[in-house]
Amino acid sequence: MASVSIQNISIRIGDNDIIKNLNLDVVGGEFLVLLGPSGCGKSTLLHSIAGLNEVTDGRIEIEGQDVTWVDPSKRNIGMVFQSYALYPTMTVERNMSFGLRVKGMPANEIERKVQSVAEMLHLTPLLKRKPSQLSGGQRQRVAIGRALVREACVFLFDEPLSNLDAKLRTELRRELKLLHKQLGTTMIYVTHDQVEAMTLANRIVVMRNGCIQQIGAPCEVYEKPENLFVGSFLGAPSMNFVRGNLVTDANSVTFTTAQLSLNLAHYAFRQPPTDGQPITLGIRPEHIRISPQGNLQGIVALIEPMGSHQVVWINYCGNTFASITQQIIEYKLDEHIIFDIDVTKASLFDQVSEQRL
Amino acid sequence: MSYSTTARQNRKLSSPASIGVYVFLISAAAFFVLPLYIMLVTSVKTMEDIQLGNIFALPVSVTLEPWRIAWNSACTGVACEGIRGGFLNSLAIVIPSTILPILLGALNGYALSFWRPRGANVLFAILMIGAFIPVQVMMFPLVRILATLGLFSSLSGIILVHLIFSMPVMTLLFRNYYLAIPQELFMAARMDGGGFLRIFFQLMLPMSVPIIIVAAIIQVTGVWNDYILGLVFAGRDNLPMTVQLNNIINTTTGVRLYNVNMAATIITSLVPLTIYFISGRWFVRGITNGAIKG
Repeated sequence: MASVSIQNISIRIGDNDIIKNLNLDVVGGEFLVLLGPSGCGKSTLLHSIAGLNEVTDGRIEIEGQDVTWVDPSKRNIGMVFQSYALYPTMTVERNMSFGLRVKGMPANEIERKVQSVAEMLHLTPLLKRKPSQLSGGQRQRVAIGRALVREACVFLFDEPLSNLDAKLRTELRRELKLLHKQLGTTMIYVTHDQVEAMTLANRIVVMRNGCIQQIGAPCEVYEKPENLFVGSFLGAPSMNFVRGNLVTDANSVTFTTAQLSLNLAHYAFRQPPTDGQPITLGIRPEHIRISPQGNLQGIVALIEPMGSHQVVWINYCGNTFASITQQIIEYKLDEHIIFDIDVTKASLFDQVSEQRL
Repeated sequence: MSYSTTARQNRKLSSPASIGVYVFLISAAAFFVLPLYIMLVTSVKTMEDIQLGNIFALPVSVTLEPWRIAWNSACTGVACEGIRGGFLNSLAIVIPSTILPILLGALNGYALSFWRPRGANVLFAILMIGAFIPVQVMMFPLVRILATLGLFSSLSGIILVHLIFSMPVMTLLFRNYYLAIPQELFMAARMDGGGFLRIFFQLMLPMSVPIIIVAAIIQVTGVWNDYILGLVFAGRDNLPMTVQLNNIINTTTGVRLYNVNMAATIITSLVPLTIYFISGRWFVRGITNGAIKG
């Protein structure tokens, strides 16, 4: 259960600052997901932990040991790549045992370890095959097996499920989570897929432009986004945003726009709100409730049925809100619809700094 | 179904455009086959037969004597031992001059595309410039250098010269081949603890079979057909087949033995010819299949 500590890391490639002064502590045994849009530096950061990228500045510690300049092979790390990166000329068995053979482990011990990992990942019947004779899911399983065999103290995953089709991805995601439960090893996982992040992570690290935007448990990041970017990046469909102003008096705070007025009495402000402050209100689709008791009236613009739920897009005075409803009522396009907004679950952001209030 | 295909073929065969294509293809084939035909036919004719002067005619009587003479007893200058010695010399030059450049070129390409040391691009550019300078320009300085090293006029000298002149093309070939292999494969091997040589020999070289075949074809034919480097650097004891062939043909004592000359020429060109026939099918093979996404 190795911890990983990243201290004041900067990474420059050519003239580009990919990562600037980043700090991150990974607790031993946790499943940490680095989440962000492509180009945010999450993969670069992962490669630096693996030692495949040189850092320009800063320090990386694994289990309290400074490994900033240690060769990748000496860091006791297992890594799984997006493209699987299996050795094409070797059988599954030789792929998995390559690292152990490099270490000079006795043949019978290698045999035993490969067998036990193959059993765990249901690869036993495939051991004699070449990678080209495997399906995508099997290949990624072999890649995971190759990392596991080495009994590393930290596992790194670089978008391992991105090349798989949707069904396999869900399957393998579940297997990965079970695997983590079984092994309890520290895992760092890079993805741009928020569903993967939410389902797998103990903690999510949301990144943008080489900076950490928020670190927290999936629910925390989802429900209390630290800024506008985090709010909009997580969730599908995305959070609804409305721009307006704060109006405060002696005992109430209200969010107002030309058409809306919402009482924010239950909102936990971090700092006392100021009167007239321009803010953006963020509200998740599931907190826009379609019900006859509502106090707002809009028009159905679009319906997306999802099976278990449906997404109804509502036009309200020039704003379009996405609403998720579990009800199986069939709405019609252009139908008038009554809804309300669950303000207690809303997030408020400053319009200038885009930070949570 | 079969009716429509035959109809289509008939139409194609008879159209003016396809007639033009066939005329061109047949004349192009004749252009290459005819000289070969003359060589083969002449090499099995007796001298009396040749003196009839009908070079396209089939032999009156077939004799393998010219082939035996060419191999065993034709005069290459003072000695009259045929081209056999040259054949063995050429083999002794070609085998190391193929294996060493391929190994070194592959190693260069591997280092350049995966390890990317500082200044690698500059080094590679310099090497490429080397490919554009004619061999003749470097001839004299190289003679001096080899003489100083004590390698001039020796087997190792000529092998070293071939190695040097092959480096640009071999490096380019392997570098470009390795650039197409995903970097992640290399990273995975690094994580598994593989060092510089282990990754090269256990992972990259086994994946390089198609390009090794291509490189071998280039090297074998290039070195086998070489004349000037062999003449200058090999020394009298190691003269390659091409030089000896030239000597046989240019040795003028009495009658010019056209049949022996033709036989010697065919024997000399046999090795590159065989290489082409054997290796053709390897060109299309894809070895990285399955390493990357399906």
